[in-house]
Amino acid sequence: MADILGAEVDEEGFLVDLSDWTKEIAEQMAKDDDVDLSDEHWDVINFLRDYFEEYQIAPAVRVLTKAIAKRMGKDKGNSKYLYTLFPYGPGKQGCRFAGLPKPTGCI
Amino acid sequence: MAKEFDIPVLPTYLEIPELKEGIMDGEGPFKSVQEFQNPLGFPGKKVDNWQQVAIDKIGELKSKYRSVQVFLDSCVKCGACTDKCHYFLGSSDPKNMPVARQDLFRSVYRRHFTFAGKYFPKLVGAKELDDDMLDDWYNYFHQCSQCRRCSVFCPYGIDTAEISMAAREVLDAVGIGQKYCNQILGKALTIGNNLGLPEPALRDTLLDLEEEIEEETGGVAVKYPLDQKGAEILLITPSADFFAEPHIDGLIGYGKVFHQDGVSWTLSSYASEGANFGMFIGSYDVMRKAALRIRKAALDLEVSRVMVGECGHAWRVAYSFWNTLSGVGAGATDEFAQKLQDQLDHRYPQPQHIIEYTHDLIQRGKLAFDKSANDDRTVTFHDSCNVARATNMGGIPDGQFILPRDVIKAVCNNYVDMERSTIKEVTFCCGGGGGLLTDDLMEIRVKGAVPRMQALKVVEKDNGVNTLAAICAICKSQFSKVLPKFDFDPYMIVSVHQLVSEAIIMDKPQTDTDDVTSVETSET
Repeated sequence: MADILGAEVDEEGFLVDLSDWTKEIAEQMAKDDDVDLSDEHWDVINFLRDYFEEYQIAPAVRVLTKAIAKRMGKDKGNSKYLYTLFPYGPGKQGCRFAGLPKPTGCI
Repeated sequence: MAKEFDIPVLPTYLEIPELKEGIMDGEGPFKSVQEFQNPLGFPGKKVDNWQQVAIDKIGELKSKYRSVQVFLDSCVKCGACTDKCHYFLGSSDPKNMPVARQDLFRSVYRRHFTFAGKYFPKLVGAKELDDDMLDDWYNYFHQCSQCRRCSVFCPYGIDTAEISMAAREVLDAVGIGQKYCNQILGKALTIGNNLGLPEPALRDTLLDLEEEIEEETGGVAVKYPLDQKGAEILLITPSADFFAEPHIDGLIGYGKVFHQDGVSWTLSSYASEGANFGMFIGSYDVMRKAALRIRKAALDLEVSRVMVGECGHAWRVAYSFWNTLSGVGAGATDEFAQKLQDQLDHRYPQPQHIIEYTHDLIQRGKLAFDKSANDDRTVTFHDSCNVARATNMGGIPDGQFILPRDVIKAVCNNYVDMERSTIKEVTFCCGGGGGLLTDDLMEIRVKGAVPRMQALKVVEKDNGVNTLAAICAICKSQFSKVLPKFDFDPYMIVSVHQLVSEAIIMDKPQTDTDDVTSVETSET
């Protein structure tokens, strides 16, 4: 098994133990993906983590875009914008940086 | 990380590719682990006496499913299937020819279960199930989306999907499962859906959606009832409809149609999944367990109709198997199945597809549309494999092709079909079906999409098509991912009910829902 800063990750790079998450791990994951974490990235990551803490699942795309629209303005409340932040997808890349499990299903 | 590969260049015409042996060799998708295997009743890792277990399992399957034995015995190697598989056409790997895929299984079957294979194996192509063969099984039976296009062309009607399901069942029996399918099944059987979306998250997601629609429509209160006891219709839809784009716009469409009809309906938090991956892994037991959650929800909620949303293989399982699996329809004989059969209103099809329902309302003039709302679109329809080749709609011949197109044409002015040899009963798979919709299989997903993408490119050029509509959650997700690889707009893929949603005129007065009561206890 591979690890990031000592924390074990699965074959797709998601944390095995979600409680291992630190900001430094998120930064390292982003660096490995050639992404510079901006304030907007952190806003999304923090929202993902808060939502997960309450519901034990990542938010639906529409729930996430609505929340982002409220925080950052309507023009940014869409999945196109989220893809500019997370080129591999807000669900898969965003969740990974935020230390959430990978969403599964027909998605 | 996934291995690098070249994105294929779309040909002007679909041609049989020059063979590239071994191009898709590999280790296959990520393997499942004990945590996901054991709850489904499979060993957590490759068992020590795996060869014996595998042969025993093949023996069991050939007796249990006569079809499997007939398919294994009857191939005459005529070659009709060889160029019909999208994965072969897209990858050029000869092991992706349907007959070659079947032969991975057939050669082992011959060695152990036929006289000639036992005594003269080399003469009849019989082979031992060794480690290499097992690896090939895992790799190449996860390069089959069980779409059954090849079986349409087979003069003997050999169904490769069934052989592929049997192979995956044997693999699970020896402890080699696929992570994607088996992890998802664990969630479906414990939480109630493939995403693992618990009830509070589902409830809040639906509330959010109600708010959004009210805003968008200027005050129409379209509701998404959850666990409403006594509702008329229980809607079983893929959980991707709650979670992903473009799926959710289809869910908005369903809600608007229910609202305009004024019917009472509900979703279930216990059975919040239409997709049944039990079929993909070939396990009747697991498939039945998933189906029984739906039966329990239908009985508990006392609904009189069960309806299925836009999900390809859900409709196959519902249409073809629910009757004997769970008693939605007729045929199952156990007590609870009979209870459900008595409870359901047989003036309606049981189960009914959401397309059948909307189509019926359109026929009866119950819905009004402003078709110009879709005038920026020229639409084509992708027939999803399971709907096209394993089901029907509307009880009329070819209804599964006619009804979705009728619905689209009722809400859009501009519609064209793709080339005839790529649609309807000979439709090409999206490339992501059958449990292959996972990032670790991206190479085969992209290559397998080539035939569909080629047909789409033609209508884009010739007819200005800018919208691809589908009625399957897997197709929608797969297209969102692969369209941009072939220079299409990833947002051109939509649900059929998204088109309905955009054109429907919401003129119905707010309905009274006093006759239904919530089974939910109030929040404490």
